[in-house]
Amino acid sequence: MSWVLIAEQALNGLQFGLMLFLLAAGLTLVFGIMDMINLAHGSLYMLGAFLASTFVALTGSFTAGVLLAIPATAALGMVLEIVLLRKLYQRDHLSQVLATFALILILNEAVRLVWGSDAPLPMPSALSGPVELLPGLRYPAYRLLIIGAGLSIAILLYFLVAKTRIGMLVRAGASNREMALAMGVNIKRLFTLVFGAGAALCAVAGALLAPLLAVQVGMGENILILAFVVIVIGGIGSIRGALVGAVLVGVVDTIGRAFLPLAFGVFFQPRVASAAGPAIASVSIYLLMAVILYFRPQGLFPARG
Amino acid sequence: MKKNIFLLIVFLSFPLVMQAADNLFYVSFASRVMIYAIAATSLNLALGYGGMISFGHAAFVGAGAYAASICIVEGLTSAWLGWPAAMAAAAAAAWLIGAVSLRTRGVYFIMITLAFAQMAFYLVNSMKAYGGDEGLTLPQRASGLGNEVAFYYVVLLLLSLTLLLLHRLVNSRFGRVIVAIRENEARAEAVGLPVFRYRLACFVIAGAFAGLAGALLASHGKYVNPNVLHWSQSGELMIMVILGGVGRLWGGAIGAAVLLGLEHLITDYPIGWLERIAPNYQDHAGLGIGLVLLAIVLFAPQGLAGLADGRKRAAA
Repeated sequence: MSWVLIAEQALNGLQFGLMLFLLAAGLTLVFGIMDMINLAHGSLYMLGAFLASTFVALTGSFTAGVLLAIPATAALGMVLEIVLLRKLYQRDHLSQVLATFALILILNEAVRLVWGSDAPLPMPSALSGPVELLPGLRYPAYRLLIIGAGLSIAILLYFLVAKTRIGMLVRAGASNREMALAMGVNIKRLFTLVFGAGAALCAVAGALLAPLLAVQVGMGENILILAFVVIVIGGIGSIRGALVGAVLVGVVDTIGRAFLPLAFGVFFQPRVASAAGPAIASVSIYLLMAVILYFRPQGLFPARG
Repeated sequence: MKKNIFLLIVFLSFPLVMQAADNLFYVSFASRVMIYAIAATSLNLALGYGGMISFGHAAFVGAGAYAASICIVEGLTSAWLGWPAAMAAAAAAAWLIGAVSLRTRGVYFIMITLAFAQMAFYLVNSMKAYGGDEGLTLPQRASGLGNEVAFYYVVLLLLSLTLLLLHRLVNSRFGRVIVAIRENEARAEAVGLPVFRYRLACFVIAGAFAGLAGALLASHGKYVNPNVLHWSQSGELMIMVILGGVGRLWGGAIGAAVLLGLEHLITDYPIGWLERIAPNYQDHAGLGIGLVLLAIVLFAPQGLAGLADGRKRAAA
């Protein structure tokens, strides 16, 4: 096991974690500010990827396609919020679960009707090769782009939330909604805006991950569970928590998958190791969440004061 | 009372009529619906009465399904052995998971139950000796239940017993304590009730009945695979409960019947005029189901059982 392999897997973990962060950031704000469980968040991620696929095909340029898909998904998200989700804020969590689950079914079928079960989104050829980061460490250029994009969005988001007026309202809403309302914050407009921003982040993640994974109906559901794990680990409503949680989950998951089977091989017979290794690796993030919740039931960075 | 006797006659004569009409498929389908009704009812005990929103109920269904299947594969085909074993396995799983999870509240409880269910899912996936991710095909059902009609009656009996037990339970002292804890935990604690132990007991009973449903499910299809533990299964059970009516006796059963019935109706019964407008619409059953669910959330906030109650009250 060389250091190159470890560095490579750590970077893969970081890359996956940052994309998870984009999903988790929107989810945690919707959850923290509006107290709304939105299972359909993964569907926005799917919509973003499908829209990007179409726009990339139309414009012939990966960059233009992705940049068009972002506002388009944001607009769809805001329409969804105004037409439907707004009615659910006052309802209990169970109604929200049922309604957004229904929305998953509807959006999945809608996508299937418009695009079919999957859509192509090839990697831009200029970025398909590797880059030599250090002597001996060659890393795919496209994954580096994802890391760069994820990091810059994280920094942008930090400034937006920590330094601007809108960000102040968002933080006020997350820490105490009633008080923010009493202080005269236009919650309705803020909610729509936050929802649109969350949808835009979904589109970024969906479009950027598409060439690595696959653009298909149902792609949102499994990653949604991971995003929920992330926000629970990080503390609901906290952007900083979402970032730390996402990178933690990304790295633990990737490293676990790469090295646990090897590590098991050292201690157990190969037959046992090949069976138990991948299983334990898949379990590792849930184990991480259970342990963190046991010791810190509010997550790592609770937003509510 | 008249209504109940009528219902009983319908349920008892259903397989005989279907057998006469040479349509055993519907007997099998009705068994499946009733099995899910048992699972959803068990979740309703924890979720509706106990206020414990478990997003990992499929883990208990799966524990029961696998325990019963392993019994059959290993040659212990008697249901008298396999099904209690399934309930015991599921109850043990619920006890373990509940003991840790019940220390958290709210959304964190939802997520930690999900986490444990996912662990169980991956654990079962790695059980190479019992099929791993390909699942386990059973050579036979639990002995004596190969006949579709006989199986139907056994499931009907078990569903009735489950509902009866739930009815007795929620109207007992135990049930009142459980509801009191759901309504106001601090107050229940203040009057000196051992809150944690009551919640755990409720969670374990719910788990055991989910295990029974799992054992029935495995026997019904003579097949079990890790997908019975998948989180979407937990989600589906939750949808059934919310759809039928949270914290209502018939909620789970109604939800299971409506959801599975709707699925079947849309996929297997072409509607002429709809087909003319939209050919292949049956490939998109999810759209119809989604719209119906959405309508129910918006217009029947108390679930379908609540809707019926509302009518009764309005009529009175």
